Amino acid sequence: MAHIRLPEGIPGILGPMAFSPETAKPLNALAEVLLRGPNTLTPAERELIATYVSSQNDCYFCQSAHGAVAAHHLGGNEKLVREMKLDFESAAISDKLKALLAIAGKVQKGGKQVKSDDIVRARQHGASDKEIHDTVLIAAAFCMYNRYVDGLATRAPDDPGLYRENGRRLAEEGYVNSTDALPVSGSR
Amino acid sequence: MAHIQVPDGLPGILGPMAISPESTKALRELVEVLLRGPNTLAPAEREMIATYVSSQNDCCFCQLSHGAAAAEHLGGHYELIDQLKLDYERTEISDKLKALLAIAGKVQKGGKHVTSEDVTRARHKGATDKEIHDTVLIAAAFCMFNRYVDGLGTWQPTDPEMYREMGKIIAKVGYVKPDWDKPVEAA
Repeated sequence: MAHIRLPEGIPGILGPMAFSPETAKPLNALAEVLLRGPNTLTPAERELIATYVSSQNDCYFCQSAHGAVAAHHLGGNEKLVREMKLDFESAAISDKLKALLAIAGKVQKGGKQVKSDDIVRARQHGASDKEIHDTVLIAAAFCMYNRYVDGLATRAPDDPGLYRENGRRLAEEGYVNSTDALPVSGSR
Repeated sequence: MAHIQVPDGLPGILGPMAISPESTKALRELVEVLLRGPNTLAPAEREMIATYVSSQNDCCFCQLSHGAAAAEHLGGHYELIDQLKLDYERTEISDKLKALLAIAGKVQKGGKHVTSEDVTRARHKGATDKEIHDTVLIAAAFCMFNRYVDGLGTWQPTDPEMYREMGKIIAKVGYVKPDWDKPVEAA
């Protein structure tokens, strides 16, 4: 049971978002620009960064939800997402993305863990300043979303089919209106 | 020097914000609703939660700027903010705020650290579900802002006067103001 009274039957972050629509709006706007806005990093790459950080934070809902979005962007390659979470250095992804995931992993532990060596490595593999900026901000943002989801002890379904369907929808339609259809709680 | 190239003279979060206007818009809207939107928690209380989490994350710029905003909301009570960062349980704040700060401290460590005992304590001291929700989200959001600021190795001056000015502007005008990307006087 969640720590506060949330609308029934709504999984993960969607419960508190339905409870607090005024904060859901900028949270969805942020996810949209970070993960789907115009960028030299593909939506798949950005969703992989979000998924990796969420798995390092042990947030079941976020790593399943964003892992499914990433897999959909990759033509259904769920195996790659699993391998990336387990050991991204030996997963079949670009050297640039590996270097960016290393930065994201440092950010997950704490901002000051990021060293100039991490930045040099990313630059050597072709990362631009904007891509490094966005990696740090995506990783930081998921340290927020993960804490929001777990700090309120929200319910996370374990049916992979549900995440798959949700991943397809988010990949195709995005985050901005993703919570519009949810019922608003009357228990505030 | 910051890890990436940002405009000179912009301290802390203002540097990276200047090179990424599209994400900055969402970040500013978020912090405005969290810390200054209509709420039963006073802006001072919410700035104190932000300050405490930022100090636990050892983020110099965030704890000084939001500490100044909190102090300015309280009529310039900077001493209270220093005490709160050191030991909030023994600071002259309400029992409700102490219980909410305890939750915020757990969120800083990780979402799963928050227990039902923490939530029960806050309820006993009069906190509503919405106030508990907002405390968790403010604490979570500052785990983001702090990492954004430190993860890019931004320039963080320590001149108290600069933060006092910043605190006054935040307390009066807020976070969604038109001239936020103007350089400040170097400390």
